[in-house]
Amino acid sequence: MKLDIRYFAWLRERVGTASEQVETEATTVAELIAELGARDEGFAYAFSDTGSIRAAVDQELVEMDAPLSGAREVAFFPPMTGG
Amino acid sequence: MTPPVRVQAEPFDMGHELNAFAARVAGAGAVVSFTGITRDLATGGLAAMEIEHYPGMTESALTAIRQQAMARFGLADAMILHRFGRLRPDEPIMMVATAARHRGDAFAAAEFLMDYLKSRAPFWKKEVTAEGSAWVEARTEDEDALARWSPRD
Repeated sequence: MKLDIRYFAWLRERVGTASEQVETEATTVAELIAELGARDEGFAYAFSDTGSIRAAVDQELVEMDAPLSGAREVAFFPPMTGG
Repeated sequence: MTPPVRVQAEPFDMGHELNAFAARVAGAGAVVSFTGITRDLATGGLAAMEIEHYPGMTESALTAIRQQAMARFGLADAMILHRFGRLRPDEPIMMVATAARHRGDAFAAAEFLMDYLKSRAPFWKKEVTAEGSAWVEARTEDEDALARWSPRD
């Protein structure tokens, strides 16, 4: 499955890119995080504190056990600080 | 007509925005607004505030929050305006305005909009000083503030 991945704020800075396309067999957001975190030191550091990471699938905020079937875009970012 | 949800880099004039909103909801009886302004740090050294967002998701999240507020408080109208990009201290960052028949609903809806957009709209703030820059951390109080709006039975 091909997925567009987007990163924001300090997550973007730590992984060193704002977006990329990946080929993955991950079935949930948590599995995708485990896969990305195993890539290299930068990704491992970015995804080390999973409690401080939020995820969106196709631009909807989701929990970590959310399924990826049919997803096109997954985004990772820290807790939001709008307002 | 001005869209009720706007996400923009450009500065805005809160007086102009509020007058335009009030003109659109003539007859509503109660109009409440809130404007967030870039706050300087305790040390007084803030050079700029950089606001990043998630184009596309930002607009849909704000639109959903506005629709919830409209339904929950029976509003005549509501507007949300939020900036992104590089802002200087004391510049308006964002504003919300609500209109209802009575002030109670207009006040509550404005608080509801603010509580939701603080921790559910995809914006991230970074403070820039002469020494460097740092991401603003989400406060647990902001997350707690959402709990009071949990669905009523």
